[in-house]
Amino acid sequence: MTIRNQQRTVSCGMLAAFLIAMPLVALEAHAETPAVEKDAATLEFERFRAEMEDFGPSGLWEDKGEQLWKTPRGPKNASLEKCDLGLGPGVVKGAYVQMPRYFADVDKVMDAERRIVWCMVNFQGFKEEDLAKQPFAKEGQETPEQTSLVTYVAAQSRDMKIAVPQKHPKEIAAYKIGKEISLYRAGPYDFSCAVCHGADGKRIRMQALPNIATPEGALNTFQGWPGYRMTGGVMLTQQWRMNDCFRQERFPHPKYLSDTITALLTYLTANANGQVYKGPGIKR
Amino acid sequence: MNRQSALWMLGVAAASAFSPAVLAEPDWRAEAVAMLKRDFQSKGQASVERIQEDSLQTICNTTNNNPPESIATPAMLEQAKTVKYPADGQLMGDWKSGEKIAQSGKGLTWTDEPGQPVGGNCYNCHQIAPKEISYGTLGATLFNYGKLRGGPSAEMQKYTYGKIYNAKAYNLCSLMPRFGHVGALNEQQIKDLVALLLDPESPVNK
Repeated sequence: MTIRNQQRTVSCGMLAAFLIAMPLVALEAHAETPAVEKDAATLEFERFRAEMEDFGPSGLWEDKGEQLWKTPRGPKNASLEKCDLGLGPGVVKGAYVQMPRYFADVDKVMDAERRIVWCMVNFQGFKEEDLAKQPFAKEGQETPEQTSLVTYVAAQSRDMKIAVPQKHPKEIAAYKIGKEISLYRAGPYDFSCAVCHGADGKRIRMQALPNIATPEGALNTFQGWPGYRMTGGVMLTQQWRMNDCFRQERFPHPKYLSDTITALLTYLTANANGQVYKGPGIKR
Repeated sequence: MNRQSALWMLGVAAASAFSPAVLAEPDWRAEAVAMLKRDFQSKGQASVERIQEDSLQTICNTTNNNPPESIATPAMLEQAKTVKYPADGQLMGDWKSGEKIAQSGKGLTWTDEPGQPVGGNCYNCHQIAPKEISYGTLGATLFNYGKLRGGPSAEMQKYTYGKIYNAKAYNLCSLMPRFGHVGALNEQQIKDLVALLLDPESPVNK
């Protein structure tokens, strides 16, 4: 067991302790009324997250993803070491912070998860419709392989600067379309992304809402993903986050790995360009 | 078409053909809408038709939520016409039920059971009764709503009912949903919310 793994074991204990303590903190804050008390709970979570993320639970999926990446698997019994994430076949270091990007072999812009699934289909012979059946982790069920792979790939960009390319015409188009999608109000509640994420310093209930049009807000949509979500205790990716935002917007269901999600992720991530990604993290 | 306008159109066509600046910028909104229509599918009660804008949404989407008065004024009148006031003339219900409705954010997503009661989502965006400290800030604070407005006058009840029924009748591109107009909240639920905001006995006005 490496030092990292030992730390992980310790941190799981801390996590359990925190989960037990958390409702008590929330209850006390509730009874004593002043909003500052609840904010203190939020601050406490932030502090906890900062400590946890140094060796957090996402490491379990990083390790699993690494195995999945390097082991020959699937109908073609191949590893993913020929998979080109934009920096050359098999180059994983720094790839995550430079996606979504244009891939000439498919003549499309792809985000990290979409590219990884494409590689699983192309090199290993998995079927996309099988991978799309249950693409996001659910409480008590096994984490989808692509989630572990995304976590592994993301971890190889830890502490690197976000640098989503905006050179190819299709990369520029993805950004512009993504921006329009973020502003598009529809559905029974007239919601768009920007209705909630279009101004600074707003929140829903106690949940802070990043303004996605600003570099700081956009960073919030990237930082911490893929993330270990304490609600349900599952590892989730940005593909899931976008999917669930549309659910809350009362929109219909976006197809998994669709152009819409890639365009949105291009817009969000490029807005965060130049800032440092801290690696897979923890979400509430 | 008269000759002058025909010539003008020719001029525009020529300018488009020869000026790369005119040709360069595609209609990104149109491309976004086409993409959304390709990429979404019905799930549960969230049917794919929801991607289609209605006329109000088109106005807001194409004017950066800030239409000129010449468009906003008639459009707001159109929205105002949709408000159906209760036949019995009673606009205030029970504030205790109103508080429960204000707390609930349920309804209309693809994971919500169709036919189940829909919540008002009020605390998601507004401060309301002081006991609830977990409130959002997208909307204005509603604490002391009735107290600050001189109590539950007939006029204030009508305004409040109408605002919850269709917020776009008062502010065309308001962030607030049209809860009555889209059938999310029923007449009794809106009455109860009016009471939460205006009843002197409601904790909102204590």
